[in-house]
Amino acid sequence: MAEAPAKRITDIGPPHFEKFLPPIVKKNYGKWKYHEILKPGVMVHTAESGDKLYTVRAASPRLIAVDTIRMFADLADKYCGGHLRFTSRNNVEFLLTDPSKIDALVADLAKEGFPIGGLGAQISNIVHTQGWVHCHSAATDASGVVKSVMDALMPYFKGEKRLPAKTRVALACCLNMCGAVHCSDIAILGVHTRPPKVKNDVLKKLCEVPTTVAACPTGAIRPANVDGFESVTVEEQLCMYCANCYTVCPAMPLNNPDTDGLSIWVGGKVSNARSEPRFSKLAIPFLPNNPPRWPEVVQAVTNIIEVYAANARNFERIGDWIERIGWPRFFKLTGIQFTRYHIDDFKHAGWTFKRSAHIKFDQD
Amino acid sequence: MAKRETPMIDELRKGPYPSFVNEMYKLQGRKPMVQDLLGQLEDSYEQRIGHWKHGGIVGVMGYGGGVIGRYSDLSDKYPNVAHFHTMRINQPAGWFYTSQALRTLADIWERHGSGLTNMHGSTGDIVFLGTTTAELEPTFAELTAAGFDLGGSGSCMRTPSACVGPARCEWACYDTLKLCYNLTQEFQDELHRPMFPYKFKFKCAGCPNDCVASIARADMSIIGTWKDAIQIDQAEVEKYAKAGLDIEGAVVAKCPSQCISYNGKLTIDDGECVHCMHCLNVMPKALRPGRERGATLLLGSKAPIMEGALLSSVIVPFINIDDPEEYEQFKELVRRIWEFWDENGKNRERVGELIQRIGMPTFLDAVGLDPEPEMISAPRDNPYIFFQPEGEEA
Ligand code: SF4
Ligand code: SF4
Ligand code: SF4
Ligand code: SF4
Repeated sequence: MAEAPAKRITDIGPPHFEKFLPPIVKKNYGKWKYHEILKPGVMVHTAESGDKLYTVRAASPRLIAVDTIRMFADLADKYCGGHLRFTSRNNVEFLLTDPSKIDALVADLAKEGFPIGGLGAQISNIVHTQGWVHCHSAATDASGVVKSVMDALMPYFKGEKRLPAKTRVALACCLNMCGAVHCSDIAILGVHTRPPKVKNDVLKKLCEVPTTVAACPTGAIRPANVDGFESVTVEEQLCMYCANCYTVCPAMPLNNPDTDGLSIWVGGKVSNARSEPRFSKLAIPFLPNNPPRWPEVVQAVTNIIEVYAANARNFERIGDWIERIGWPRFFKLTGIQFTRYHIDDFKHAGWTFKRSAHIKFDQD
Repeated sequence: MAKRETPMIDELRKGPYPSFVNEMYKLQGRKPMVQDLLGQLEDSYEQRIGHWKHGGIVGVMGYGGGVIGRYSDLSDKYPNVAHFHTMRINQPAGWFYTSQALRTLADIWERHGSGLTNMHGSTGDIVFLGTTTAELEPTFAELTAAGFDLGGSGSCMRTPSACVGPARCEWACYDTLKLCYNLTQEFQDELHRPMFPYKFKFKCAGCPNDCVASIARADMSIIGTWKDAIQIDQAEVEKYAKAGLDIEGAVVAKCPSQCISYNGKLTIDDGECVHCMHCLNVMPKALRPGRERGATLLLGSKAPIMEGALLSSVIVPFINIDDPEEYEQFKELVRRIWEFWDENGKNRERVGELIQRIGMPTFLDAVGLDPEPEMISAPRDNPYIFFQPEGEEA
């Protein structure tokens, strides 16, 4: 620990949350009785005391300017006694006690370009990562893909089109998954598809060889002397392009405009509701990086959502639906091509093999 | 310097969903940093590749985390983003704010950084995107003067987060905000000074709906639950039926335990209930969690890096987590887990991976937990049992 001047403040932690709770929340803390969704984007919580708290949920692009924060603050002052909150999926929620103000608030939000929605059996905001706006190992942009997909999914966010159950879409721009997208109904995941290119001439200057070797989960990296430089080599057959080595050693870049792209995973969830939480599974191994609008990704996600909406039963999350109909039928209904990449060949791969003769045959 | 044309990303200013490019446009007139960010991003869109480098230790004095160093590899072309560091600021539990607090944060970042933020980052922190090394200390001084502090990064306890819990949710089975705040304050040193093998995350979810994704995203997932009978208001059940809810189809048939029956009156065989929340989610007015409330503790989830993704698994089926003594017991368990992980974990090995490597039974012995059948979905199906000689410790 460095010596700090006496008056420097450290280790105070965040402000106590109580300072920021609206009076109605303080009064009814832990005494909420039930809630109802009044219309898309608007819900009401009723307390045992009979008090009612109205929540208006608006979309947010997650990446927001301080100007927008100030605008939210102004709206909170105008309609909510100066209180608001954000959700774990980056939406902003305005908390009102007077329902007669809801329409005016919604109109003001619309004027600023922030539609409301994302409650209940709808698509909520897409949680995502930094992408080309801020990260070194991104195989794709994050915000741009999310914006493109959400533009297409707006009817499902606003409740204009119905879904069988809540549907959670997430994006991470590399296998690091800082957004931990691996348990989402639909996960969009940026992937590298070629091993890192070792910069032998600078590696020793930028990195420690043992740390770089140890960074590889598959043991693909070996210390080596290349062209007179103390460096490493990559056993290409063992590399699954995770970028771990690049994160500890900048001399191992693996970003590549032509071979980086996106993959689509489906059927995961974190909620315990009805079925147990589970991982998303591979639906589409590779789609090209096609900025600024990523039409292939938008089309793929929209297709899965539409097929799901048309075929699943009420309360079935995407994973529940696929479990009922089986994966072969999922691939058939969505028209997604099944390939060798769908069959696991990493560690413990046998768990996902079909280990029975329970097979459905189409009767049409 | 004339503004670089950015036709590709300008395309993303159109369309109904709020545009992050518009957010950048709000700032570019007064922030050269954002103008260069737009330019560099347009380069990325044209070339389909990122232009950021990481590395170099940057931070505030006395802290080992909370700041992520970021540098442009196009700094000759875009000098204003040559340094573009991120600061993580520990969010208030539950993400509640007053307008005044938000304006304070906005003004600090207006003075010292790009003006771009994430509300919020993946772990839960407020993220201030883009500043130079020289601005870090002044930003930190203003933040702490305003009552805010940095969050975690690197191999430390990361910023804990919590669902809205008792502040606005009828299903909260313990006080998620209080526990989150308490853990954050108790472990300030572990948060600010990385000394673990790798990161460690806490997430507090008030019920099994798990709105903070704790089971997938936290090393320690604290998921609220109850032990006794679901509280039923039969009059409200009847109202749901009268309003047209198909109780047989939507509730009874969809209960994973098949432990609900309905014949004008709803009956639940509570001993068979697995606390999945489905019936409560469908009939929030009629059904409420029981009165004997607490939490299930699950450990070990993580994203794929390094050894593959994991979900947390049960280590304590039920604890009471309300009063100071119960908090202390929980924190004692956490300290034992950390101690074991510290001694045995390899560099960049999350606690879930350590357990995979050395075995859950060894882990349970080490932290003093008894094996319980609630911890497994099935007993082992391989016969490779490592028997321990009678009377000997593991
Ligand atoms: S997912 Fe990967 S590329 Fe994207 S922000 Fe996280 S670490 Fe960076
Ligand atoms: S990208 Fe991953 S698998 Fe490939 S060499 Fe680097 S660390 Fe190993
Ligand atoms: S996790 Fe449960 S208690 Fe917490 S906000 Fe979600 S539904 Fe409510
Ligand atoms: S919570 Fe789930 S398991 Fe329990 S009674 Fe309700 S539907 Fe059945």
